[in-house]
Amino acid sequence: MVEILGMSQKLVIIGAGMASGRALEHLFEMAPDAYEVTLFNAEPRGCYNRIMLSPVLSGEKTYQEIVTHDQAWYEANGVTCRFGEKVAKIDRAAKTVTAENGDVLSYDKLIIASGSNPFIIPLPGHDLEGVIAYRDLEDTERMMGLGEGHRAVVIGGGLLGLEAAAGMQARGVDVTVVHIMGHLMERQLDEAAGYLLRKELVSRGINVLVASNSKEIVGENGKVKALRLDNGTELPCDLLVMAVGIRPNTALAKEAGLATGRGIHVDDQMITSDENILALGECVEHDGAIFGLVAPLYDQAKVAAATLLGSDARFVQKDVSTKLKVTGCDLFSAGDFAEGEDREDIVFRDPARGVYKRLVLQDDKLIGAVMYGDTADGNWFFGMIKDGTDVSEMRDTLIFGPAYQGGAAVDPLSAVAALPDDTEICGCNGVCKSQIVTAINGGAEDLGSVRSTTKASASCGTCTSLVEQLLEVTLGDSYAAPAAQPVCGCTDLTHEDVRRLIKSQELKSQAAVWQELGWQTPNGCHVCRPAINFYLLADWPLEYQDDPQSRFINERKHANIQKDGTFSVVPRMWGGITNPNELRAIADAAEKYDVPTVKVTGGQRIDLLGVKGEDLPYIWADLNRAGLVSGHAYSKGLRTVKTCVGTDHCRFGTQDSTGLGIKLEQALWGSWTPHKVKLAVSGCPRNCAEATCKDVGVVCVDSGYQVSVGGAAGMDLKETERLAEAETEQEAIDLTIAFVQLYRENAKYLDRAYKWVAKVGLDWVKEQVVDDLENRQALIERFEISQSIYRKDPWAEHAAEPRAYAPLADLTLEAAE
Amino acid sequence: MSWIDIGALEDIPLRGARMVKTPVGCVAIFRTDEAEVFAASNTCPHKNGPLAEGIVHGQKITCPLHNWVFDLNTGQALGADEGQIDTFPVRIDGVRILIDGNAVGKRSAA
Repeated sequence: MVEILGMSQKLVIIGAGMASGRALEHLFEMAPDAYEVTLFNAEPRGCYNRIMLSPVLSGEKTYQEIVTHDQAWYEANGVTCRFGEKVAKIDRAAKTVTAENGDVLSYDKLIIASGSNPFIIPLPGHDLEGVIAYRDLEDTERMMGLGEGHRAVVIGGGLLGLEAAAGMQARGVDVTVVHIMGHLMERQLDEAAGYLLRKELVSRGINVLVASNSKEIVGENGKVKALRLDNGTELPCDLLVMAVGIRPNTALAKEAGLATGRGIHVDDQMITSDENILALGECVEHDGAIFGLVAPLYDQAKVAAATLLGSDARFVQKDVSTKLKVTGCDLFSAGDFAEGEDREDIVFRDPARGVYKRLVLQDDKLIGAVMYGDTADGNWFFGMIKDGTDVSEMRDTLIFGPAYQGGAAVDPLSAVAALPDDTEICGCNGVCKSQIVTAINGGAEDLGSVRSTTKASASCGTCTSLVEQLLEVTLGDSYAAPAAQPVCGCTDLTHEDVRRLIKSQELKSQAAVWQELGWQTPNGCHVCRPAINFYLLADWPLEYQDDPQSRFINERKHANIQKDGTFSVVPRMWGGITNPNELRAIADAAEKYDVPTVKVTGGQRIDLLGVKGEDLPYIWADLNRAGLVSGHAYSKGLRTVKTCVGTDHCRFGTQDSTGLGIKLEQALWGSWTPHKVKLAVSGCPRNCAEATCKDVGVVCVDSGYQVSVGGAAGMDLKETERLAEAETEQEAIDLTIAFVQLYRENAKYLDRAYKWVAKVGLDWVKEQVVDDLENRQALIERFEISQSIYRKDPWAEHAAEPRAYAPLADLTLEAAE
Repeated sequence: MSWIDIGALEDIPLRGARMVKTPVGCVAIFRTDEAEVFAASNTCPHKNGPLAEGIVHGQKITCPLHNWVFDLNTGQALGADEGQIDTFPVRIDGVRILIDGNAVGKRSAA
């Protein structure tokens, strides 16, 4: 072989899927300059994590979150990207490929990673508009765009079909699944587990038809209208998704005269019948098998990269395990679980919890496992299947999992610590324990850096908790728990997860949240209940009814509890402006109810401290009569708008800062927010109202209004950052309201605005509120809808119900008699 | 036991609580479920927080002042905190709530 000294060779890759993407990563890692790479992709984009399309469909992830290689990555590695372009022809003799546009490129090595094509059943009507497969981002977007109230039929009750159905259902689509076999996912599940899965899907409102044959797709004006089954049933639909399997895409290879069968034939080195052409991924056939799951594809990628660099590696087929990516449907299957004469079953059922586990044994070894409802031990069983462990000793307790082996239950950390070094932790990427530990000792001290250095837990994410436990074991106390903490002990979901799921699954009651998101307690706790209550009322102001029993006492009693159990009462003074009439009413109330302390607050209000709980409704009624309403000094909501006197009196004032403050307060009062919200408006840059340390601060200048956000003057001290300059008062009001609504819709409960802005970035906030006028208007409209419910005085309502503030009964009187 | 009627079930919101004044001090009545109530001392042993103003969840109450959590079956503080509140026999009769008068009255007489 002749090496051209000093020049890298040309590598052309056809297809930018997960397999070729991974091969490139290995290649650049081992020899960054060995090849000059040109990458063709029929899809108009680079590599993304295709197996995560289902969470995108259901709204649990965004497309951006599943991109694995972005433009910067390709640039940094000098890859010439030809995305959205197909290769028309391969000329093996000349060692060239011809692009669709006629460009001819020569190669030293060629990789075919053309993937697979979804199989479309040639039913009458299969070419109608609205008949799609589930394969790429376009298909996903088609399904996402269907919208609430529309109908969809999915043909195929396998992994992909069910993920498509669940994803669309989560978006409010009326979905029917038509499956030809007697139970769902028959390749991965046995009948009992298939039944439990079906039951779960049906209970979510998905219509599931098994043992059903499709006969014809009915159309109207060239568009799909319904699916007709062979028993005559007609299922009306606006979209029909076929998810009945894939076929390796071998067309180009076949034309080029490469050896093909069901897929492109490759040897253990991933080389095709032409020594300069490799193939990998879903398009290949190796030793009679074709591949659809990600783990073997990644193994192939590793081998292909080694082959390209002349080193020795062999692809070996291994057992694979499966998990369904549908939130709330926990199932796991691995190995071979068909019944047989020489095989024995161990079965465990807990119908009330919907749990089913079945282990298949042959010759004292575990050869298959199917689990539904509780899959925590799945990887442990999978490990034993792969290792061929002799299980005769632990047969009695095998099905109860690792916790029951050797007596006492093992805590997860010591269990992880005890795993041998070569235990595979991440099945998707073939990363074993020792690699992760090496990475951690090499400085990868959080989940993100373990992911970026080893790829562990970077694909489907099911091994995330194992990786976190390894971090904990390896780093000990110096391990800082990840920022993404669950809301509380009632759930494993983070606040961000819960907010997203409340929106995407349209959960409109606390009971729905507890049930659908699998709360581990009957009705939450003092940590999650106030948060969930806020998320629901912020996202569904018209449908959800505020639950006082899920509020902290101050918000339930509309007053601040003091350390001696008395309360403080703060009437609203719009923009800090009051008058003799109001002051007289406050003075009278203070005397009448023996208020021990009267104080002026930092937010320009008067605070009556030390009011007895049972007096609250009466003092409120008195203050109401003078026109005073609740100052919400207790709420995670709008507190105060502080102002200076502006042009009314001040010789430096540039605008009517008091007037703007009053308008803002009248627009925003009563609204609930993730944490308290304080505003200020200063009439000139001397900033007497101290606007630049508020959640939203407006500083008036000659040319208009400087609106800035995200300030703090509490435990943290932080100056606001400029959101925008408004020319008119109305624009300043609009910007403020849109900002507050964006905060209400997106922030984590108990994050002040500055913390939230730091998380999402001011640039993103500007995009939403400043640059996109349509979005700004939409935010304002949603805020107004919410305010139609919440812009009212709680004092007036509660003053009418004084009984709730009194003791339920007084037994001391009877005792005295 | 001598059962005393202290009010209607519907006077306490679901997962809410109300306070009753008794010779042994303030007692909180917790409605943990549609037809399930508990009675316990209204006063948190930590800093005297009014437990009837806390958040009721499961068969537990969280104090509104510093989030101590008590099991209403036993009165025991849960988690890292150590403390105990008195519990009192209480039952539902149809739509009424009854408390054991001996339990809330005798002790003050002593």
